[in-house]
Amino acid sequence: MTDVTVLDKRTEGEDLTKEVLLNLGPQHPSTHGVLRVLLKMQGEDIVDVDTIIGYLHRGTEKLAEGFTYTQIIPLTDRLDYLCQPSNNLAFVRGVEQLCGIEAPERAQYIRVLLAELSRISGHLLISGALPMDLGAMTTLLYTMREREMIMDLLEMATGARMNVSFCRVGGIREDLPAGFDAKAREFCKIFLQRIDDYERLVGENRMFLKRTEGVGVITGPEAIDWGLSGPCLRASGVDWDIRRDEPYEIYDRLEFDVIVRESGDCFDRWKCRMEEMRVSVSLMLQCLDQMPHGPVMVDAPEIAFPPDKKQVKSSMETLIHHFQLSAYGFKVPKGEVYAAIEAPKGELGFYIISDGSEKPFRMKVRAPSFVNLQSLNVIAKRCYLADVIAMIGSLDPVLAEVDK
Amino acid sequence: MAIGLQSILDLLDERVQSAVVESHDPLGMPTLVIDAERIVDVCRYLRDTPALGFDFLCDLCGVDFHPQTPRFEVVYHLYSIAHKHRLRLKCKLVEGTKIPSVTQVWNTANWHERETYDMYGIVFADHPDLRRIYMWEEFEGWPMRKDFPLRGYKDQYNPFGEEGSPPEST
Repeated sequence: MTDVTVLDKRTEGEDLTKEVLLNLGPQHPSTHGVLRVLLKMQGEDIVDVDTIIGYLHRGTEKLAEGFTYTQIIPLTDRLDYLCQPSNNLAFVRGVEQLCGIEAPERAQYIRVLLAELSRISGHLLISGALPMDLGAMTTLLYTMREREMIMDLLEMATGARMNVSFCRVGGIREDLPAGFDAKAREFCKIFLQRIDDYERLVGENRMFLKRTEGVGVITGPEAIDWGLSGPCLRASGVDWDIRRDEPYEIYDRLEFDVIVRESGDCFDRWKCRMEEMRVSVSLMLQCLDQMPHGPVMVDAPEIAFPPDKKQVKSSMETLIHHFQLSAYGFKVPKGEVYAAIEAPKGELGFYIISDGSEKPFRMKVRAPSFVNLQSLNVIAKRCYLADVIAMIGSLDPVLAEVDK
Repeated sequence: MAIGLQSILDLLDERVQSAVVESHDPLGMPTLVIDAERIVDVCRYLRDTPALGFDFLCDLCGVDFHPQTPRFEVVYHLYSIAHKHRLRLKCKLVEGTKIPSVTQVWNTANWHERETYDMYGIVFADHPDLRRIYMWEEFEGWPMRKDFPLRGYKDQYNPFGEEGSPPEST
C-alpha cells in the first residue's frame, strides 16, 4: 500500500521542499554558449533567476576605437557568428551614412542576398538546437546538413565559410563568381522541401508541442517594454520588421510577408523562425531575378580600393593609393549615426560617432541577443526547470553578441 | 515615416520643453539634449503622448569625452513602433554625478544601464540592480573610459597589462 502521508502533508500547505540555488553553469550543452543562469528553486519551481553573462566579453567596442573602419569589419563578423554577412552589412551601412555615399545597386542586391542567406543559416541552427535541447537530437544534424550547403555557397562567394568580412564601406569586396546563381537557385529549390520536412518532423510532434506550447509566454506590451525585437517580438503579436517599416538597401523593391504570431510562447517563436526561412528563400529568389549588372564598389577613390588589382604592380599611383588606404584607412566626416537593420536575432544597431579621423571615436553595438536575453529574468520565474531550457533556446541568444 | 525635429519640438509641452537644452538633427535623426535630472519625466512624456508614442528603447549607451567637461554623455535611442519614427536623446554628465535611471519607463533599460555602469562608471540613481554585467564583481576600473588602456592594468589575472592601477574612481 502506498504511503499517502507525503501527499497529505502537501495539501496541508507545508513546504516539503527547501530553497536551493542551482547553477546552470557557463559550461552547459543547452545554454547556447557560455551563459550562466543562477536559479533559486523551490523544488522544481523557479523562484528567482539571475542571468550572468560576460564570459565571452572581448572588448569589441574598445578595440574598435583603435581600428580603422575597414579593420572593424572582421570584428563585426565575430558578433553573431551564425549570420555574419548581416553584421557586416549593419556596420557598413552606418559608415556609409556618415560618409554620405551609397553602394551601387548590384552590391546592394548581393548584400541583401547574403544577408537573407545568413538569416536562413542562423534560424536553421536554432531550429535544430531547440529540439535538441529538449531531447530530439535528430533535428540538429538535419539542419546542419542545410547549413553545410549554405556555407558552401558562402565559400563560393566570399572565400570563407565563416568570418566572411565580405561587405566593405561603399560596396562589397568582389563580385559573385560565375555559377553562383545556379547553385543558389538549386539550394532554394531543395531547401523549400526541407523546411516542410522539419515542420513535419518536429512541429507536429506531441512531445515537442507539450514542451513548448504555453511555455515562456511573453505578451506583446511586455515584449515591447523589455525591448525584444525580431522573431521573439513578432511571435508575441507585435507587427514590426525593419525591412518593411524602414526599408534599407533594396528591400523596398522586394515583396515579402512579415510573419506575426499571436501566443508569444516558445513554440510560436520557433514557428516564426521556420516561416521566416521560407520568406528568406523567396527574397533570395527575387534578388537573383532582379540583380542588375554593374560595379560592386562605389566610384570614390578616397574610400574604395583601386578597382583593378593588377594595376597595383605596374602603376605607381595605384600602388600609393592602395597603400594609403590599407595602411592608414580613409577619413570619415565628423558626425554620428545610428544604423539599424533587421538581423536574424532582432534589431542590430550600430551607433558610430566619428571625430573626422580614420578611426571611430565611439562605436556602440546594439546587440539584439543582449536585449532579448534580458527577458529571461522575467519569463523564467513562471515555470519549472525543464522549461528554462526551452526558453533559452527559443529566445535564441548568441553569446558572442550578448557579450560583445 | 520619419517625423522631423521641428514636429517633435512642437509636440512637447512647456514643462518638457524647458528640459531640452539644445536640439539638432545630424544626418536627419532628431536629437535632443536633455537636462540629466529631468530625463525620467521627459522619457515618460515621450512614451505616453499618443502622437509621439516612443514605446521602444532601442539603445542606451555612454560616451566618454575625456579630457573635455562635461566628461560623459548618456545617449538614448528611441523608436515608436506605431508611428515608425526615431529619436535620440542625450544627457551630458559631469564626472561623479548620478543620472536617474529610466528603468521605470522602459524595463529594457535595466541591462543597458548596467553595461554603461560597468564600462564607464556612470551611476544610475534608483536602478533596481546596479552591478557589473560584463566584468567580474571585484574588477577595478572602468574599461571603456578613454584613460583606461586597451590591455588593461597588470594584475594577477592579466600579465600583459600596463603597469599601474586605475585612477581612484569617483
